[in-house]
Amino acid sequence: MCTVCEENDHHHHDHEHEPHHHDGHTHALGLSPSRMVQIEQDILGKNNQYAAHNRQHFAQHAILALNLVSSPGSGKTTLLTETLTRLQGKLPMAVVEGDQQTSNDADRIRATGVPALQINTGKGCHLDAHMVGHALESLPIDDGGILFIENVGNLVCPAAFDLGEAHKVAILSVTEGEDKPIKYPDMFHAADLMILNKTDLLPYLKFDVAKCEEYARRVNPDIEILHVSATSGEGMEGWLDWLQQQRKAIVEQQMQALEAKMQTLRNTLSL
Amino acid sequence: MHEMSLCEGVLQVLEDESHRQHFHKVKTVWLEIGSMSGVEIEAMRFCFDVVVRNTLADGATLEIIEVPAEAWCLNCSQTVTVQQRYDACPHCGNFQLQITSGEEMRIKELEVE
Repeated sequence: MCTVCEENDHHHHDHEHEPHHHDGHTHALGLSPSRMVQIEQDILGKNNQYAAHNRQHFAQHAILALNLVSSPGSGKTTLLTETLTRLQGKLPMAVVEGDQQTSNDADRIRATGVPALQINTGKGCHLDAHMVGHALESLPIDDGGILFIENVGNLVCPAAFDLGEAHKVAILSVTEGEDKPIKYPDMFHAADLMILNKTDLLPYLKFDVAKCEEYARRVNPDIEILHVSATSGEGMEGWLDWLQQQRKAIVEQQMQALEAKMQTLRNTLSL
Repeated sequence: MHEMSLCEGVLQVLEDESHRQHFHKVKTVWLEIGSMSGVEIEAMRFCFDVVVRNTLADGATLEIIEVPAEAWCLNCSQTVTVQQRYDACPHCGNFQLQITSGEEMRIKELEVE
């Protein structure tokens, strides 16, 4: 399936080791063989290519893919397991779990009965589109479903790496500082939805919700905001509604594309 | 932020281009880095030297062209200079700004053999 990487997966660095001509004679003669090459390529071009490929796969199968991003300890996995438990049996779902080490999170997800695949990034600080593309090969998910990609807990690096998702969802717990959106502006700028999680703890904290929302809208005027407590269940309905709305939009989009294609084919019958 | 992966991305482009444009050594790499791209330029320099070791760009010079950030203010209908994502428009104080440049991370040009 990974049509992009077939040739790039094998980094034959070895053949770069052909003898370099460090003799300097050409330079001494003033006949430097140097030339300039215009490139004009995005550094993340390769990742974006993989992401486009994933996005095409998601569109074809009408899968809503979400990239969940947050700091470590924001309650992402608890929110996810709670979400899966509530939607289990109603929708096709699957989870890609990104962590530097351990399969603890994937184990927690699998306990809900939803298929999960753990990607350990090792030294890496984020998932990239290539890893996700390969995860899709071994992670079955039926058409019209939701794929949750739980990124490595990190509010910096994952902002720049498109995985092919429909939306980035930033989860911020109220036990963190309300100024996180302006401390890590790239992430909140890249997200379409911010979930303020652990709201059941608000009475015990000095977290200024209005201020936090104002900061989020400063870096991203269009960001949607939901208040949720995965533990008490408060606000979960709003989040599940949001998911259904997004999923239906994706399914309808694909239906329209298919209907247009059907119509084109139908028209050829009368030729 | 993730300068090591970015440098690996640069190297991958260099390797791909070396086959397409027939060169075997890279002497200089010019990058355009926007001030709002999240790239730490010093970290980029450090990682670049490490990543290109024993490759076709071993010892290559890294030239970085910094691109200042500009945004379009929806309220004033004009281009303004900004320093941070959360900056307000310096004229009207509104936050309805759309970044128009400063997010670049591009490989612009190479000197090769």
